[in-house]
Amino acid sequence: MKSLRKSVNWIMLSIFIFATIIALIPLFGVLGYVVEHGFRALSLDFFLNLPKAMGLSGGGMANAIVGTLIMVLIASLIGIPIGILAAIYLTEYDRHSWLSVGVRFATDVLTGIPSIIVGIVIYTAVVLKMGNFSALAGGLALAIIMIPLIIRSTEEMLKLVSHSIREAGYALGISKGKTILRIILPTAAKGIITGAMLAVARVAGETAPLLFTALGNQYWARSLNEPMASLPVQIFQYATSPYKEWHQQAWAGSLVLISLVIILNLSARFAFRSRSN
Amino acid sequence: MGQSLSVRDLEAWYGSNKTLKGITMEIELNHVTAIIGPSGCGKSTFVRCINRMHETMPGTKVKGEIILEGVSIYDRDPVALRKMVGMVFQKPNPFPSMSIYDNVIAGVKLNGMTNKQKLQAIAEKSLRMAALWDEVKDRLNYSGMSLSGGQQQRLCIARALAVEPSVLLMDEPASALDPIATMHIEELVRQLKVNYTILIVTHNMQQAARIADSTAFFLNGELVEHGPTSDIFTNPHDKRTEDYISGRFG
Repeated sequence: MKSLRKSVNWIMLSIFIFATIIALIPLFGVLGYVVEHGFRALSLDFFLNLPKAMGLSGGGMANAIVGTLIMVLIASLIGIPIGILAAIYLTEYDRHSWLSVGVRFATDVLTGIPSIIVGIVIYTAVVLKMGNFSALAGGLALAIIMIPLIIRSTEEMLKLVSHSIREAGYALGISKGKTILRIILPTAAKGIITGAMLAVARVAGETAPLLFTALGNQYWARSLNEPMASLPVQIFQYATSPYKEWHQQAWAGSLVLISLVIILNLSARFAFRSRSN
Repeated sequence: MGQSLSVRDLEAWYGSNKTLKGITMEIELNHVTAIIGPSGCGKSTFVRCINRMHETMPGTKVKGEIILEGVSIYDRDPVALRKMVGMVFQKPNPFPSMSIYDNVIAGVKLNGMTNKQKLQAIAEKSLRMAALWDEVKDRLNYSGMSLSGGQQQRLCIARALAVEPSVLLMDEPASALDPIATMHIEELVRQLKVNYTILIVTHNMQQAARIADSTAFFLNGELVEHGPTSDIFTNPHDKRTEDYISGRFG
């Protein structure tokens, strides 16, 4: 009996380990492939120069790197405050009304919507109305993808703050607004910031919504009302071109983009861990 | 001095469930009044009505009158009322994001006091009253959560006292604590009644007998008997009180 149990145990364990390895192969495969190809094409020029015409060497993606940072910043400036404020309303002021249930349902749907659809909507609603592709439209599209993510993560974090903490605030004669602002938000701050950073990391790599909104640009954009380059779109355009040099650049861009996302992810996860006690 | 707190025909509901069925009770100033009774008898709801905390839960309803210092509490702003009626909860609930010091002064600071020296004085005074000063004076910047359970509860008492209420509601303040921490809290209650009117909900009849001047026995949302603690425990008028304190039910 005992040996049967042990061998069943051993077989199951082997299956689990095998499945884990299978799951990890593509993950590390993709990472390794990008690092290998990207590293070879990476140079200082890549960070400093604009793209150069086909055939000239030394071109870079400086405008795309900055473009991605700018549009992610625009998206964060719009998406983070709206997302956090909406989540505060949903958890602290109106947990059970039809409005909250509706908003919660909508955020769930919006989280699952393919990002290209957000791009098309902004294309129709903003780009066509304004008459041109622009960084603002790109940032707006990214913000719309961010908002439901931030609402949901903030809501979860606020729910983790025990009701007894809220009551302790009220019982001291502290108004509800101040209790939320000075007691509940600081208590949930680490989780809220982590959620926001993960949402930022998520949109930094979005390609489809930017194709329809910010379009792309081989030069520096002079204002936010012009088409703007971004890493994902630049990678897409270079990788689908027939030129070998551009393929190299696309690899380098991929590595930079992945690094950006990983850094954001890791800092979100570890930044607050050391101070948590 | 007469009665500082009187309750008339107080009824309270959680949804359709009526938890208080018309309580009329006079609570004496600078007295410790213990509220005893079996689980679900409405004793927690009763104290939560006095600082209008009961109404903050969705689906609740209150009827009746509570007069504090000559004014109906329903004519006062609930936020202002809670500065006069402090509350200590069953489980210690220090603010996790704040240090020991910030916890104590949270009530006064968030209500607008900015004078550092005054805040420091209030913190020390409140911690001394809560008999916690000597234990924490060297680590006021530590998180409130770094304290033991009993210390956390005394921190919560200090936090409530810092606002300088005239009434202190305590909802089973020692039920989550060990016997030594319980002893500290009881000692504290005895000292505090010099300056405060204290209502303490307790499951523990020995505790009521030890610290309360008068005791009220609640059963199924009704006040069965209220009188001097010695009378309630040695010479109860009502058969139900006698059954409860002699351990026949509850």
